[in-house]
Amino acid sequence: MNEVRLFEIVDQPIIIEDLIHKVASREVGAITTFIGTVREFTGGKKTLFLEYQAYQTMAEKMLSKIGEEIKEKWPDAMVAITHRIGKLDIMDIAVVIAVSSPHRKTAYEANEYAIERIKEIVPIWKKEHWEDGTEWVGNQLETVRYPAGRPIEEGELK
Amino acid sequence: MIHILLFAGIQEELGMDRLEIESEGIQTVRELKAYLGQKYPSQVLKQSMTAINENFVTEEEEIKEGDTVAFIPPVSGG
Repeated sequence: MNEVRLFEIVDQPIIIEDLIHKVASREVGAITTFIGTVREFTGGKKTLFLEYQAYQTMAEKMLSKIGEEIKEKWPDAMVAITHRIGKLDIMDIAVVIAVSSPHRKTAYEANEYAIERIKEIVPIWKKEHWEDGTEWVGNQLETVRYPAGRPIEEGELK
Repeated sequence: MIHILLFAGIQEELGMDRLEIESEGIQTVRELKAYLGQKYPSQVLKQSMTAINENFVTEEEEIKEGDTVAFIPPVSGG
């Protein structure tokens, strides 16, 4: 039997429809999908392609932790998240989040919550390949700091 | 033995994706970071979070024989 995996890191193109099927059921009245794609220009600088790397087992564990956090905040929501790693070209899909719920408000809110948390706690890294060089995003800007040596827990500070 | 995993910027700085060290004399994450920082000068290590056996921990966390310690540079998924 094929077990449905709600939280996945993959190295192949993501099929959006698959995630919709994972969260669809007779009880839901709304499904939102967030599709994160590779952007060509950031602050005027041209990206040629991106390279994503993950600590795969931990990343899947953290994605499912986000699922648990959502269950606590929105008990009737159901979430599926797939993130792609490897080399991605402009316009390729890097991440898809599907959230279903009986009513639309929850599906919208929980979906936004999921992408914000991915950017905080999931060990995935993006390397920019520009025309004139490369950089692992997040390691030089120092816009993100972890005073306690770990990410901020949901509900802490902010 | 402590198993250490390196990713992204640290992996590139140190030129390897894993290493193993004898745990003797190293009891906490802070001590491990100090030890590695001396041996392998790394800017990214200072900014990194730490996970032991796939759970985020603080610098005070104790490291046990056989643990897998991963250094997690600021993440940039999504």
